[in-house]
Amino acid sequence: MTTLPQNTKKRLGLAIDLDTCVGCHACVISCKEWNTSNYGAPLSDVDAYGAAPDGTFLNRVHTFEVKADGSNAQTVHFPKSCLHCEDAPCVTVCPTGASYKRTEDGIVLVNEADCMGCGLCAWACPYGARELDKVEGVMKKCTLCVDRIYNENIPEEDRVPSCVRTCPAGARHFGDFADPESNVSKLSAERGGLVLMEAQGTKPVNRYLPPRPKADVSGDAQIDMPNPFLTPATTKPEGFLGWLDSALEKI
Amino acid sequence: MHPAPSVIIFTSLSGIGFGLMAWLGFGFPPATGMTAFIFFFIAYALAVGGLIASTFHLGNPKNAIKAFSQWRSSWLSREGIMAIVSLFVMAVYAIGLIFLEQRWQIFGWAGAIFSLVTIYTTSMIYGQMKTVPRWSMGLTPALFLLYALAGGALLAGQVFPAALLLTVLTVVQYVSWQIGDTRFEQSRHTIETATGLGSLGKVRLLESPHSSPNYLMKEMVYIVGRKHAQKLRIIAIVLLGIVPAVILLFVPFSHMFAGVAVLSHMIGLFISRWLFFAEAEHVVGLYYDKR
Repeated sequence: MTTLPQNTKKRLGLAIDLDTCVGCHACVISCKEWNTSNYGAPLSDVDAYGAAPDGTFLNRVHTFEVKADGSNAQTVHFPKSCLHCEDAPCVTVCPTGASYKRTEDGIVLVNEADCMGCGLCAWACPYGARELDKVEGVMKKCTLCVDRIYNENIPEEDRVPSCVRTCPAGARHFGDFADPESNVSKLSAERGGLVLMEAQGTKPVNRYLPPRPKADVSGDAQIDMPNPFLTPATTKPEGFLGWLDSALEKI
Repeated sequence: MHPAPSVIIFTSLSGIGFGLMAWLGFGFPPATGMTAFIFFFIAYALAVGGLIASTFHLGNPKNAIKAFSQWRSSWLSREGIMAIVSLFVMAVYAIGLIFLEQRWQIFGWAGAIFSLVTIYTTSMIYGQMKTVPRWSMGLTPALFLLYALAGGALLAGQVFPAALLLTVLTVVQYVSWQIGDTRFEQSRHTIETATGLGSLGKVRLLESPHSSPNYLMKEMVYIVGRKHAQKLRIIAIVLLGIVPAVILLFVPFSHMFAGVAVLSHMIGLFISRWLFFAEAEHVVGLYYDKR
């Protein structure tokens, strides 16, 4: 049923740290690898080695430049996947009942056996989290690796979404936002977790941890970036070399 | 938004088809027998043809039958159900008129009202999209209903109502474009609110997440062809409203001129519907620094 649950027992989601993300796209690749070979139809690539490669991905990394007047620009890598919204507009627009939000944990999923590939849910999503697979003709989206997080056939440390498990910078955190004591709730509270496009009223579960303030390296506050804590080495030679230096200066 | 031909044909043809059906249901013109058959044939051909066209853009049409199940929340599902209900109720009315010379007016009224509700549900598929500020306003259903009623009156040969409705439609279409142009700014969605990074400064896309356009960009960040939008708006408004209205009011009635009026209106309708999609900007474009 495409009506949304009043509330869900858990609110599973991701806290994505924009300060630590290095933009390596490892999460993009590991997501594609896991989700093309597990739950649902594979994620197709079209013209993969040609002039205009096109493929289905459930996770994308945008890179933005942010610049305030009078300060240096800063680069922010921005991973983007489904935010598993509480008021998910993609679910309510679905005419076939393929899209649904799970009551037990709030994960938004597509039952591909019911999807007719009309694409309306992708229109309804402000975040671009859904992509219609060109080959299969069904809608694909992040499953929060529902086939990993409860999977007792894999080691316990692997029971997190593939993107979280693979991130070499530790920029992606998985947990239950309904529990104020969870790792993600605490991180979000501590760092002032951002809600994307709040005015859309979608109430996304995922939070983005904003970049921490940078040291001011402009103007007078020059910092030797590689060795900020070392005192400058003496440049004046001593002993014989010192005598030679001053003698040569005098000539 | 990508102006897919199947969706333009669907909304245009089924809109005008159900519009004609509404007029026939209310008893305008009060035809029976062969004349009624021709009117109903045109209405059904347009309405059903449009509905069939809408299935061409489906990725997985074998599941289309399931689209009748989610009427509780989905406007697209409601649209499918209302279309089928209208077609069936109207068929009873049409059979009475064509074959039995009987006017079962209760079916006519019900069918006409259901036809109008169908057009409203079609319009809400687009009108509900908060992600497309240009569509998400009360003028969207008003415009769809006016298109259907004006086009339907034209096809039903209702000279004075058609001329009046076409004039109103022309004005409302113009106003919708003017207001629509301001909707994205009014929605206050920017690349800063999309990324949440506004407090740190001005944001721009430094590097795209992928090297060539993906589904999202092809479907929702369609910006090709907008440069002629202003010219197309003028052409559309002249063809869809002014030419047919002038013919209806000032040219003595003949089937040939009526045909010219209908053809002119249909071409204008297709152009304006193309613009409805091509000019619509989806907020996801902000993540690509494009509108």
